[in-house]
Amino acid sequence: MSKPTPNGTRPEDGCALVTGASKGIGAACAQALAADGWSVGVHFGNDADGAQATVDAITKAGGRAFAITGDVGHPDSADAIFSALEAELGTVLALVNNAGIRDDGLAMQLSDDAFDRVLQTNLSGAFRLTRRALGPMVRKRYGRIVNVASIVGPRANAGQANYAASKAGLIGLTRTVAAEVARRGVTVNAVAPGFIATDMTADIPQDQLGAIPARRPGRPEEVAACVAFLASDAAAYVTGTTLTVDGGLSA
Amino acid sequence: MATITTEAVQQTVTDALVSFGAEPSEIAMDTELTALDIDSLDLAEMSQIVDDEYGVSLKSTDVTTIKTVGDIIELIVSKA
Repeated sequence: MSKPTPNGTRPEDGCALVTGASKGIGAACAQALAADGWSVGVHFGNDADGAQATVDAITKAGGRAFAITGDVGHPDSADAIFSALEAELGTVLALVNNAGIRDDGLAMQLSDDAFDRVLQTNLSGAFRLTRRALGPMVRKRYGRIVNVASIVGPRANAGQANYAASKAGLIGLTRTVAAEVARRGVTVNAVAPGFIATDMTADIPQDQLGAIPARRPGRPEEVAACVAFLASDAAAYVTGTTLTVDGGLSA
Repeated sequence: MATITTEAVQQTVTDALVSFGAEPSEIAMDTELTALDIDSLDLAEMSQIVDDEYGVSLKSTDVTTIKTVGDIIELIVSKA
């Protein structure tokens, strides 16, 4: 008989990595995890100033953070990001795959490039980071992976076939990887935000807010609270699931 | 990185199998892994351990041919 699943208490020597943490949901996740006592790798793609602002906010609040860059859409980035972070903060025991892009258009007009680029960053990138994270997590008998998906994917959103495919794919990835590593104390979950007020949604017409039962957009901190829960010891028995945070939009 | 001798690899593999839940008294060279309830995730972790300790990288296709404890040790030593 295999040994039972470990009880899920975080080892003291690990750190968390949040991709796309220079602003928006990622920045809020990095700060929430830091507030929970994690040392945090603040990953960014292009916005070094934004990442530094996230690091500064964490440091000012008494936490520990380190900014790290890399194109998550590139096949070699996962190892480079992890190796640098391991040297700086220790083994990555919590991974938040938040980095994401959108490149909208109706499917009948969507270019190969727009489709592939979104899938590469949002889905393949998350897979490669997950694969790199799993070895050390499995060996430590502890790990928390949280994928930032979207309600777009399980639900339709005209003009976002690429984005929807990537986010639905992320939810499928979440479930299967969760099943593979559950007995090593590694949990894999997703959050599915609805309309959250960030730069990414700044161009969406405000009249669409009426469709949200809560009658307002969500705040990045409200998504981060869900991510922090899924990354906590308290969530040790929660795995393979998707926590929707959308003010009732998909209820 | 540890020097690769059959004895050292044997110890590494035994320790790993025990950490996966195998009974130490049941581990012998000709013991089949299925009898120890060792599965693909355990072998994936074994690959990580072997890579860390000896710098030997086992591919998932290598591992599919393995049946017994002795097979793993032989495979690792042959790749050193």
